[in-house]
Amino acid sequence: MSNKSYSILIVGVGGQGVLLASEIISEAAMRFGYDVKKSEVHGMSQRGGIVSSHIKIADKVYAPTIRHGQADILISFEKAEGLRALDWMKKDGVAIVSQTELVPAIVTSTKGLEYPKNPVEKMRERADKVISADADKIAAELGNPRLVNTILLGILSNYMPFPTDLWIDVIRCRVKERFVEINIQAFNRGRDVKLSAVEA
Amino acid sequence: MKELLSGNEAVARGVFEAGVKLASAYPGTPSTEIMETIGAKFPSIYAQWSPNEKVAYEVGVGASIGGGRALVTMKHVGLNVAADPYMTHAYTGVNAGFLIVSADDPEMHSSQNEQDNRYFAKFANVPMLEPSDSQESKDMIVTGYELSEMFDTPVLYRMTTRISHSKGIVELDDATETVNKEYVKDASKYVMIPSNARGRHVVIEERIDKLRKFSENTLMNFIEENGSKVGIITSGVSYQYAKDVAPDFDYLKLGFTNPIPLKKIEAFVNSHDVVLVVEELEPYLEDQIKAAGIKVEGKKYFGNLGELSPYRVAEGFHKAGVIDALKVAEIGVEKNMFPRPPVLCAGCPHRGAFMALKKAGVAVAGDIGCYTLGALEPLNAMDTCVCMGASIGNAIGMEKVQASDKGTVAVIGDSTFFHSGITGLIDAVYNKSNVTVMILDNSITAMTGGQEHPSTGKTLMGKEAGKVDIATLVKALGVKRLINVDAYDYEQVLSTIKEEVATPEPSVILTSRPCVLMPARIMDEPFVIDSELCTACSACFKISCPAISASEETNKHGRPKAIIDQSICTGCTLCAQVCPPEAIMLKSQFVEV
Repeated sequence: MSNKSYSILIVGVGGQGVLLASEIISEAAMRFGYDVKKSEVHGMSQRGGIVSSHIKIADKVYAPTIRHGQADILISFEKAEGLRALDWMKKDGVAIVSQTELVPAIVTSTKGLEYPKNPVEKMRERADKVISADADKIAAELGNPRLVNTILLGILSNYMPFPTDLWIDVIRCRVKERFVEINIQAFNRGRDVKLSAVEA
Repeated sequence: MKELLSGNEAVARGVFEAGVKLASAYPGTPSTEIMETIGAKFPSIYAQWSPNEKVAYEVGVGASIGGGRALVTMKHVGLNVAADPYMTHAYTGVNAGFLIVSADDPEMHSSQNEQDNRYFAKFANVPMLEPSDSQESKDMIVTGYELSEMFDTPVLYRMTTRISHSKGIVELDDATETVNKEYVKDASKYVMIPSNARGRHVVIEERIDKLRKFSENTLMNFIEENGSKVGIITSGVSYQYAKDVAPDFDYLKLGFTNPIPLKKIEAFVNSHDVVLVVEELEPYLEDQIKAAGIKVEGKKYFGNLGELSPYRVAEGFHKAGVIDALKVAEIGVEKNMFPRPPVLCAGCPHRGAFMALKKAGVAVAGDIGCYTLGALEPLNAMDTCVCMGASIGNAIGMEKVQASDKGTVAVIGDSTFFHSGITGLIDAVYNKSNVTVMILDNSITAMTGGQEHPSTGKTLMGKEAGKVDIATLVKALGVKRLINVDAYDYEQVLSTIKEEVATPEPSVILTSRPCVLMPARIMDEPFVIDSELCTACSACFKISCPAISASEETNKHGRPKAIIDQSICTGCTLCAQVCPPEAIMLKSQFVEV
C-alpha cells in the first residue's frame, strides 16, 4: 500500500447520487486497508439544494472534512457546481466534471441571476487538470440516466490505487442485484475516459 | 469485525452492545438516524417515536425506574422541550442506566439556532460525555451506561452534526446480556415533592463531588505527549480538526466534560509554554478553566460563531502564533455565483397552500418542517418561524394586536401539530381568538426523512399502531369551524383562507394531500407546456417548482418560455391552474391536439 493520502470532494445537486458515490469510494478505501472518514450534511438531499460529501483517505485520518484549498480530487455531478466548489481544490489537483447542466428555477424567475457561461472553461483557466465528460450521454447510451455516478467513479478509478476488482466488488455490494451488470459497464465506460479528455 | 459507520449508526450499535431495553425519541436533524438504525437493525430493543421530546424523555425515565436501560435521543433544541423532566431527573437519579443523546447543530445546517447544550450538563449537574469520532461514539455509549448506574445519574451524551453525520471505521464488539434491575418502590427517590426533593438536592451535590474525582482519573480524559511546548485542550470534533492541522502538538483530549478535570488541566498548563483551548461555539471549557485561575487562551483566536473546520483551526493557530502563515488556497473563490436554495419538491402539496397564502396577503405565522421552505423566494410567504409549535401562539398574539389588516394565519404540519401545536389551539379556543390555523397534513414527518407519527398508523418498528385522527381531535378541542380542502385546488384553498380570516372565531383549515415522496412515491400523469401557446409570462416560474425550467425558445421580447421535466413532474396540476394562456396540459391531451 502506498503512503499517499487522498482528499476527495464530491459535489452535486440533491437526487443525483452523490451520497452513494461517496459510500462506494469510502468502502473501497477501507477494504484496501486505508483509514477513511467521510462527512456530509443531510436534510436537503431530496430538495434540490447543493449536496457535498468530503472523503479523507490516509493511513490515519483525523478531521472528517477537507481543509479549504486542499482537495486532491474534486468530482462534480453538475458543471456550475464544479466551478462553485473549485476553490476547495489544490491547484495541481484533478477535477472530474460531468457536463450536466441543472439551472434552478430561481435563476429563471429572478432578474440579475445568471447561470455561468462555459463553467468548465472557467475551471480550466484556473486549475491544471480538468477532466470533463458527457456522463449523461454515456448513461443514455447505456439506457439508464441514473448511471452518471458510476461513470464518474470509473473516471476517478484512474487516479486511485485500488484494483478494478475491488471497485467492482464494492459496486456489487452497494447496488441492487438487477442493476449490477449495467453499473459495471458504466464503471468501465468511465474508466475509458482517459486524460485526453482534458483538452476535449 | 470492522464497519464504516456514521456517528449516529455507531451510537445505535453501542446501545445494542450495552443491552439497552427501550429507546424513545422525536425525530430531529442531526439525531434522527440513531432511532432509525435501532428500528431497522436491532429489533431486540423496543424503540418508539413519541409525539415530542418531553414525552419521549418521560417514557425513558419510566423504563429506567422500572429497571430497563433506556435511551432518549433528540436534537439540541429538543432538549429545551424535554428540559422539564431532565432537570428533575437529575434529582431522582436512575435505577437502570439512562442516556440522553443531544445532537447539536453548530452552523445551523438544519436548525433555527446553534445553542451549545454543554451548558445543560452544568445546569442540571449531570455528567457529560463527548465522543469525537464514530469509534468513540460507540464505545462511550457502553461506558456511559456503566457510569449512569455507578453514579445513579442520567448522563448527557453530547454529539454535533459532524460527529453524527460523518462516517468512520468502527471495530465492533459483542452485545452484553443485561438483566433488568429489580423495580423497588422508593418514594423518597422518585416522588419529587418538596420534602423529598430537598433530600435529593443534597445527593446531587455529593454526586458531583464524586464525579469530579472520576473526571481526573478516567481514561476518557487523556494526554498525548509529543514533546511540544504547545498544549491543546479540546473535545469533540474540534480535537480532530486540531490534530489534522498540528498532529505534533501535545493534547489534553477531554471525552468526559462535566465536571472537567481541573487538576489535570492545571498540571497540563503548567508543563507547557502556551496552552490553547479549541472548542466549537461557546467558551464552555475556557471560561471554567479561567475561572479556576488557570491561564489559557482560546475564543479570541477561534471565535464562537458556526462550526469550526480544519481551515478555521489553522487560522486560529496562526493568529495565536503557534504555526507559520497559512498556505492560502491558490484557486480563488468564483464570485457572483447564483444561489441554489432547497425548494419544495415537484408535486409538494405545501406549494398550493403557500401560493394561496401569498395571494391572500395575510400575515403567516410559520412553523418547523418542510413547509418552512415557503419562507424562501419566490414564494416568500412566511412572517415568523421561532420553534416547534410556535405558529399558533404567534398568530394568536399577532391577531390580538391587529398586526395585519388582512388577517393572520398559522401554518403548521401534522407532526408538528402533534408535537406542540395542540396546546396552542386550545389557547385559541379558550381565549376566543379569531385566528385561522392551517394544518398542512401530509401524513408523515417529512423534513427529517419520513418518520411515522401518531396519525400514520405505523410504529417506528414497522408495526400497526393506534391512530389519532386530526379532525376528530380538532373538533374535540372546541373548534367549530373545521374546513377540509384539497391542497392541489388553488382557488378552493384561496377562497377558504379569505373566508376564514374574515370569520370572528378560531377556525382550522385541514389540507389533505400526502407527501409525494414518503412513504411511497406518487407519480401521476405529467403535464406538458404547449410552446405555441406559452407567452413567456413567467407565472409558472413563480411557483418555484423544480420540474419547471426555462426553455431555449423565447417570445418576441427574448424572454424564455417554460418547459416541464417529464421525469419529475408528478401531475399535481398547480402550474396549469395559474397559467394565464392555458398552455399547460396533461401529456395525453397534448398528443390528442
